[in-house]
Amino acid sequence: MAPMTDYLIIGSGVAGIAAVDAIRSQDQRSRIILISNEREGFYSRPGLAYYLTGELVEADLKPFSKQIFDELRCRCVHAEVSAIVPSQRMIQLQDGGQIPYKRLLIATGAQAARMDIPGLDSKGVVKLDNIADVRLIRKLARRGKRAVVIGGGITALEIVEGLVANKVITHYFLRGKRYWSNVLDVTESRIVEHKLKEEGVKIHYQTSLERIFEKRGRITGVRTQAGQDIKCDLLAYAIGIRPRVDLARACGLEVDRGIIVNQHQQTSQPTIFAAGDVAQVYDPNTGNYVIDSLWGLAREQGWIAGLNMAGANQAYMRGTPFNVTRLANLTTTIVGTVGKGQDDDLHGIARGDSEVWRQLPDAIAVQSDFEVNHIRLILGDNTLLGSIIMGDQTLSQPLRELINNNVPITSIREKLLEPNAPLTDLIIDHWTHWKSSHAN
Amino acid sequence: MNIRYIFQQEKTRRQALVEGTVFPDSARCVQCGICSFNCPIGINVRSHAWCGQPIQDSHCLTCGECINRCPRGVLSFVRTNLYTRQSQSG
Repeated sequence: MAPMTDYLIIGSGVAGIAAVDAIRSQDQRSRIILISNEREGFYSRPGLAYYLTGELVEADLKPFSKQIFDELRCRCVHAEVSAIVPSQRMIQLQDGGQIPYKRLLIATGAQAARMDIPGLDSKGVVKLDNIADVRLIRKLARRGKRAVVIGGGITALEIVEGLVANKVITHYFLRGKRYWSNVLDVTESRIVEHKLKEEGVKIHYQTSLERIFEKRGRITGVRTQAGQDIKCDLLAYAIGIRPRVDLARACGLEVDRGIIVNQHQQTSQPTIFAAGDVAQVYDPNTGNYVIDSLWGLAREQGWIAGLNMAGANQAYMRGTPFNVTRLANLTTTIVGTVGKGQDDDLHGIARGDSEVWRQLPDAIAVQSDFEVNHIRLILGDNTLLGSIIMGDQTLSQPLRELINNNVPITSIREKLLEPNAPLTDLIIDHWTHWKSSHAN
Repeated sequence: MNIRYIFQQEKTRRQALVEGTVFPDSARCVQCGICSFNCPIGINVRSHAWCGQPIQDSHCLTCGECINRCPRGVLSFVRTNLYTRQSQSG
């Protein structure tokens, strides 16, 4: 058996890296081992979208060089963990090795949910989870001419745009009547769909997959439930994600949709912590345990877990979920609660997504459009509950701060509700006033 | 283009350097690296974004390439007002 490791981290995503960073801020001496089943180690998962479009090369996806890990004195190990044995405080590796630990962090992230349809293992059927998937899509796109994409949320769109950038004729199947219907409103969905159509994407509404055709193990086309056959060399799906909870469940930790953790990121076993997409965290605003698949929150959770693993007593104060992404070439910020209900194209949660975004109570939405710049505000009785900002991002930071800090908006609420209200001016003035009074 | 224009350009660049710096909003950053990839002189803009620190690298041209290329609006040009104060006092 290997010598005792003080801190063992499973998973080399941003939550795991933030934990290493936090541990080293408290403890310079102890041994840290970071285990990953991906040979590439830490890279920017959201950056995969830009690698797919060709805006980046693969080497540039890695934020940290080996030298930085050496300076952090963090040993990176490429291995598959087969079991956690909490009673003996050790993990077992698939190659037969064992590593004992004092504190363990599970930051195994999430993986693409599989579709339940025969033929899914044919060559040419892809998802977008990791670097290997992007390599495969790029390789297939070089040879392929036509693709079908199924699913919703940010990842489906990243695949669509990546394929278009690789000059592949792309059909996008939407089960419902519009894109991402439980987060975006009708106008926002139409803006995205319009931009996609301008790029040449063929959107098929209220269309689902009936059958995959293959020849000698390779996909040749699909049939829709309406009976339409479409030839394709590539089928990509992004119907949601599933937290990788198998190790945690098998060793008896409390698991719901994700691994249940307290506000110290501690699981039901005090020496084992969890953070990132795999963790189901306490939301003080609602009293529920929720899953987020957001880079920023994963980093925060990993940092808090690392501090507490090293002996600190730091509670995770979950902020308002917030993400910035690019939807059909439009920079889009989503903050707070903005939608509700189910989206037919997603099962559960997707990447770059938060369960909280679709918990919209009865509230009033006001919006302002100017060509491709679009702002939607969700007004509660006294505060802003959420917002979507597409295109120009001037209001992004002010709105995030007003929503995050539950700043009262009673003084401008009536004005915001007037037809053609100058939203930008009202918000900027209110934010500036709040900032100056807050500073004093 | 003439020498006067070239000097003027240089003056504008130096003025930009003392008037402000590129500043990251770390909460928006996902470390994709497009900023560093596109920096014409190879500054590791991404590491500044991880730490939430302004790009106070004397080699920074303030060309704005990283700001324009970032797909998530992480980077912006923030005024330091140094130049303005200097010229007012001078």
